[in-house]
Amino acid sequence: RTEIAEYRANRSVVPRCAVPCPARPGADTTAIMPAVSKGDGMRGLAVFISDIRNCKSKEAEIKRINKELANIRSKFKGDKALDGYSKKKYVCKLLFIFLLGHDIDFGHMEAVNLLSSNKYTEKQIGYLFISVLVNSNSELIRLINNAIKNDLASRNPTFMCLALHCIANVGSREMGEAFAADIPRILVAGDSMDSVKQSAALCLLRLYKASPDLVPMGEWTARVVHLLNDQHMGVVTAAVSLITCLCKKNPDDFKTCISLAVSRLSRIVSSASTDLQDYTYYFVPAPWLSVKLLRLLQCYPPPEDAAVKGRLVECLETVLNKAQEPPKSKKVQHSNAKNAILFETISLIIHYDSEPNLLVRACNQLGQFLQHRETNLRYLALESMCTLASSEFSHEAVKTHIDTVINALKTERDVSVRQRAADLLYAMCDRSNAKQIVSEMLRYLETADYAIREEIVLKVAILAEKYAVDYSWYVDTILNLIRIAGDYVSEEVWYRVLQIVTNRDDVQGYAAKTVFEALQAPACHENMVKVGGYILGEFGNLIAGDPRSSPPVQFSLLHSKFHLCSVATRALLLSTYIKFINLFPETKATIQGVLRAGSQLRNADVELQQRAVEYLTLSSVASTDVLATVLEEMPPFPERESSILAKLKRKKGPGAASALDDGRRDPSSNDINGGVEPTPSTVSTPSPSADLLGLRAAPPPAAPPASAGAGNLLVDVFDGPAAQPSLGPTPEEAFLRFVCKNNGVLFENQLLQIGVKSEFRQNLGRMYLFYGNKTSVQFQNFSPTVVHPGDLQTHILSGLGHPAPRQLSSPRGSPQTQVDGGAQVQQVLNIECLRDFLTPPLLSLPVTINKFFQPTEMAAQDFFQRWKQLSLPQQEAQKIFKANHPMDAEVTKAKLLGFGSALLDNVDPNPENFVGAGIIQTKALQVGCLLRLEPNAQAQMYRLTLRTSKEPVSRHLCELLAQQF
Amino acid sequence: VRLKGQGKRCKRSEGLEIRFILIQNRAGKTRLAKWYMQFDDDEKQKLIEEVHAVVTVRDAKHTNFVEFRNFKIIYRRYAGLYFCICVDVNDNNLAYLEAIHNFVVLNEYFHNVCELDLVFNFYKVYTVVDEMFLAGEIRETSQTKVLKQLLMLQSLE
Repeated sequence: RTEIAEYRANRSVVPRCAVPCPARPGADTTAIMPAVSKGDGMRGLAVFISDIRNCKSKEAEIKRINKELANIRSKFKGDKALDGYSKKKYVCKLLFIFLLGHDIDFGHMEAVNLLSSNKYTEKQIGYLFISVLVNSNSELIRLINNAIKNDLASRNPTFMCLALHCIANVGSREMGEAFAADIPRILVAGDSMDSVKQSAALCLLRLYKASPDLVPMGEWTARVVHLLNDQHMGVVTAAVSLITCLCKKNPDDFKTCISLAVSRLSRIVSSASTDLQDYTYYFVPAPWLSVKLLRLLQCYPPPEDAAVKGRLVECLETVLNKAQEPPKSKKVQHSNAKNAILFETISLIIHYDSEPNLLVRACNQLGQFLQHRETNLRYLALESMCTLASSEFSHEAVKTHIDTVINALKTERDVSVRQRAADLLYAMCDRSNAKQIVSEMLRYLETADYAIREEIVLKVAILAEKYAVDYSWYVDTILNLIRIAGDYVSEEVWYRVLQIVTNRDDVQGYAAKTVFEALQAPACHENMVKVGGYILGEFGNLIAGDPRSSPPVQFSLLHSKFHLCSVATRALLLSTYIKFINLFPETKATIQGVLRAGSQLRNADVELQQRAVEYLTLSSVASTDVLATVLEEMPPFPERESSILAKLKRKKGPGAASALDDGRRDPSSNDINGGVEPTPSTVSTPSPSADLLGLRAAPPPAAPPASAGAGNLLVDVFDGPAAQPSLGPTPEEAFLRFVCKNNGVLFENQLLQIGVKSEFRQNLGRMYLFYGNKTSVQFQNFSPTVVHPGDLQTHILSGLGHPAPRQLSSPRGSPQTQVDGGAQVQQVLNIECLRDFLTPPLLSLPVTINKFFQPTEMAAQDFFQRWKQLSLPQQEAQKIFKANHPMDAEVTKAKLLGFGSALLDNVDPNPENFVGAGIIQTKALQVGCLLRLEPNAQAQMYRLTLRTSKEPVSRHLCELLAQQF
Repeated sequence: VRLKGQGKRCKRSEGLEIRFILIQNRAGKTRLAKWYMQFDDDEKQKLIEEVHAVVTVRDAKHTNFVEFRNFKIIYRRYAGLYFCICVDVNDNNLAYLEAIHNFVVLNEYFHNVCELDLVFNFYKVYTVVDEMFLAGEIRETSQTKVLKQLLMLQSLE
């Protein structure tokens, strides 16, 4: 009772300001229970609830409940028929007991009986019990459905709504089967009451979501869409939800809703603050309906009809204008409602991503919110700006707010707001501000909440990698990460820095020096020891010249950490030690001593013991040459998806991840992580602008490599004195064969065989050249040189020789100068097509322009439309020629596919003809190509027609291809 | 006849806007739980506890939004009660925040409502919710209309 009196004293759960309410009569009386309103007072229920609340212990409560259950059970089983009121009361008590968390195993039949009562209060309790407790049951469901059916047919709107709410709340398949056909009828019937229509719309929505197959579409589609014009705003509100759901699955059937939604929205947005009466909320006309309409429009691209689009843009502008008007009320409800519409409007603008003016205005508006005193608005502005940052139209505008966002990261009290600020900094980051953003994030990391540290670490690691211009900055950043938040630096992050250092020899010396210094800190994180151990083991020699970091100093520094480290780290360090023996013979004795120690040789950990034993033996048994080979520097890592990015994607839900990595794709920027698909690597690209990781926009993995051909790569191997009469096909013949294939023997004579394996994707290619020495004597001063025109860029990835001595992995790839008799060496080239190129080489690597072909599938209609667009005489090249090979349709098909174009069926009216399409990808531009090959079997002739947007390309492709048939 | 509590299966129905509505007091006692997605009973209890844990630690300087599993909670506190709505992460925060405020109809309906009204009249609160929200969607947004309907129902026997 005290408790109740206390509540009474503290009445008003909801602020009074919200609704003017008259003083409650008799509020100061010391009633035990709240007075129940007339008509449905269930005194017994109130007493029971009161008793439960007064129970001092869980046991007392259970006792009281059991007593009540026994009482109800006896009443239900008794001989006397219960009246409706008692039934209602007991069922309601059972429901209360269930809601307290106790199982209820009887009373369902009584509840079902209540459904057929003609009293609202009894029916309501029956339906409530069913909705809360009953899901589906074969015996009762028939009875329940029967009662629902009667209520739906009753023409009593109150009963109809109860029945509809029950269906919507339960939403089972059985109910769907029983009523899916009736509800659309009720929804669009002319004589249905508004409240019934509202419920029917949402009931149908529920059934459609649960079992779309049960809901018949078609006949009533148009009438449902027209509910958008309904006079009753509540009906429209419910209908928009239904239509939004339906049009997601059947966008075409509901297309007509666009113009209706736009005109409804326009009427609301342009109405005065009190026009809509009941639907005006704190001087804002129909805020929820506006939001729902704006969300509906986000299911579609911008309206095609110019008038509709114009009207919509006007609406969007009106909303943006209204945001600048002085508020009509100081209440937070007013500004919240207004801003709900504003944020949804901005979402739509971002969804369209086609109106630069609106995007920039949206960004400015959000910029104002960034400094608003309402935390909610600052949060939402940060969140919304994150998506704006990915639009090319507003990216720059977003960037202007960098200082505010950094300030938010530093000063916001709510961690979720700081998190949004970090997200936004990540989204707005590009080459121009990367250093600033990364350093701010690092600073934030020092005090960041534990919950988000790992994510911040990943973000910093990605940004550092993505926008690294000089790699010493990258190395510094990652080492700082380990220093500040070592525990949160996952394997992915420190593996990555090792990969990058291994793959770039211009940063190796710096990395060695930096880790050496970092390791001197008295307490350094174990991850630092791992990175340091690995890097010094590989590149410690680069700093060994300095007496302060001489080999013994390096070793003793690492070994001083050894005993405090985990098994995994100690294992890594043992590998470092054996590498030291190779790098620095002077450390051999010391290290052998360490390995020989009992604590290593007889270590309880099998891994450590095995390493110690094997390394010790290796160091004693193997000759210097063998050691040098076994312990050679690690070869460059192949490029895969950045493991860090993959991890970040896993961490965040799918939704969040897309906000992060669907970021702006600026084609001109060198995104290290630009490609997430597996791509051939450009690991040691020497040019400063080169990518470290993926290759710009990575191609879909499915893109088949194009065919072979001759480009502008000259291999000078044939100039030297070694040139001999060739054995195989002439170089020209061999070369031509590569137009339509990628692998094979390029050249062969008595001395030398050159094999080629190549793959191409978009404007990039990789070629493996195999030089086989056919003689039994060593080639001296063997030096293949690649000379190529400016339109094609190559990087020699690895030098010759496998295994190659370490100096050969230099990016310039000065190849191995000796090839032993009978041996084969390999050279890898990365090739980038900068623009289209034609010059046929003298004798060349089989890189022709069509290698950069990407097949394009298109329908006949599109093909002819494009064909017509390319109708200028200089865009077309045509050749009529005699067949050099038997005219076999299958062979021809294979050649065309090998050439790189897609083959399009059902385009040419003559089925004998071949039609193809593709795009030539170069760094500078893309060239669309259409081709048509018409064989004439009788005449043994072909007619080949090429149309591209560039004259020389058309001609060149035509020449290349014509030689193939 | 033994009937299972609503849903032992935890089926994910995609695209429901509201996943659940909770009204809890500061001590974590549930005053209303309305589920628009099927959870089994244990899961419901866990959700109730988790929501209480994330919401009650926040103060007035915090936002009214909290990330919650793969969803978010939009909440508002009135005296000792937290009104929480769980929605998809990309739903409109402010629209739901103000949808919660429409619960002020309770004030009029119960004549200056207090927590105990919700306890003793729990079965009426469900009616109020069904008027305002149905199938996880906002059904009626006009406080006047909702109140008129509730008073009409109140007058029925």
